[in-house]
Amino acid sequence: MHLDHPDTYPHRHTYTAATPTRPDGTRRALRIGLGGPVGSGKTATVAALCRALRDQLSIAVVTNDIYTREDAEFLLRNAVLAPERITAVETGACPHTAIRDDISANLEAVEDLEDSVGPLDLVLVESGGDNLTATFSKGLVDAQIFVIDVAGGDDIPRKGGPGLTTADLLVVNKTDLAPYVGVDLEGMARDAKAQRGELPVAFTSLATEGGVAPVRDWVLERLAAWAAA
Amino acid sequence: MSTMSAALLVLADGRFPAGGHAHSGGAEAAVKAGRVTDGASLEAFCRGRLHTAGLTAAGLAAATAAGIDPLAVDAAADARTPSPALRAAARRLGRQLMRAARAAWPSPELDALAAALPRGAHQPVVLGLVARAAGLGPLAVAHAAAYEAVSGPATAVVRLLSLDPFEATAVLARLAPELDAVASAAADAAGAALVEGLDALPAPAAPLLDITAEQHAAWPVRLFAT
Repeated sequence: MHLDHPDTYPHRHTYTAATPTRPDGTRRALRIGLGGPVGSGKTATVAALCRALRDQLSIAVVTNDIYTREDAEFLLRNAVLAPERITAVETGACPHTAIRDDISANLEAVEDLEDSVGPLDLVLVESGGDNLTATFSKGLVDAQIFVIDVAGGDDIPRKGGPGLTTADLLVVNKTDLAPYVGVDLEGMARDAKAQRGELPVAFTSLATEGGVAPVRDWVLERLAAWAAA
Repeated sequence: MSTMSAALLVLADGRFPAGGHAHSGGAEAAVKAGRVTDGASLEAFCRGRLHTAGLTAAGLAAATAAGIDPLAVDAAADARTPSPALRAAARRLGRQLMRAARAAWPSPELDALAAALPRGAHQPVVLGLVARAAGLGPLAVAHAAAYEAVSGPATAVVRLLSLDPFEATAVLARLAPELDAVASAAADAAGAALVEGLDALPAPAAPLLDITAEQHAAWPVRLFAT
């Protein structure tokens, strides 16, 4: 039987984000993951990014709701994108598994979106709310954003954790609430700098008009680098 | 052909990244209905699933591993899966397994099936073809299919009921002799199917699993995909 193939079948690298092209040879979309604790503003960030960029880019979104379709439905209800550009993946009570340890369902969702509504420039993959250790697999996304908020406590940057310390962009959201929850934004910035070195941090208030601008600008930089690579 | 191969451990590992973690194998619906509440009822659920859906899946996987045309076995799988929700889930899981397996055990046979059914073949069919690529025989892959039929629900019930994980694992250990028997029966049936055709494969059904799978697919709030 097939205990040993007579010739070693060529090793493949073609089934994950490791390759920048699709099976038909065209360049695939840039994939950016958004993770972070429950309620920090991941879905709001995705919605704001879609509104800010949809006129200049072809965008699709994959949500990873843990036990509902709430996030996908929020995006649909707010009509940030056409419904066919939004897909929900079910994660079996384990959001980090679906974005890190077993990325197969998310990869299929991304590829199906590219097939059905493509060509796309940008796919945003939003994780279900998780803890500070949540990171996206490099097999799934090209870059990741970690979203926390000031109301979650100003000690979070100090606590660190792989999600927070290694994300390509850390977003500290809800800065408008800082005075009401007694949070020291400069202290958060210092702690984040200590944990993340030169990796960027964006302070946002999505409740404010144009509040997503720092994240939008970062995404556009990544897209320019992706296009040039 | 021996079942004693480390490749079988890799393939049957609960961490094998082929999408199984998002499925409860009907356990979520059974928990909600109050039919699974503890270790004893989990064992009864798993035993029922093993001798119905588990045996059917093991037979399909073994037949594919034995060299029967995977497209023909895929049609036999459709005929043995009355629930549209479960047919869709089986193809989704087959596609996910295909992705992981093509990276783990690249093979022209896997490429051919992926090209023929890009939206996914039934998971047990893909599993049988993966076994060929990994150098595993029909009996070995029947073990893997039978084990999946019970390990998925056991893991899910730990999450759904906060069941003691040691108790859930003990359930699986107690079922091991029955798993062996089901795998043997499935491999024997695959041998018969080589001679007599695919009707020789087992087709026991679990109507309650089919009915609750359809209901579960319509729930607005759930932890698992099935």
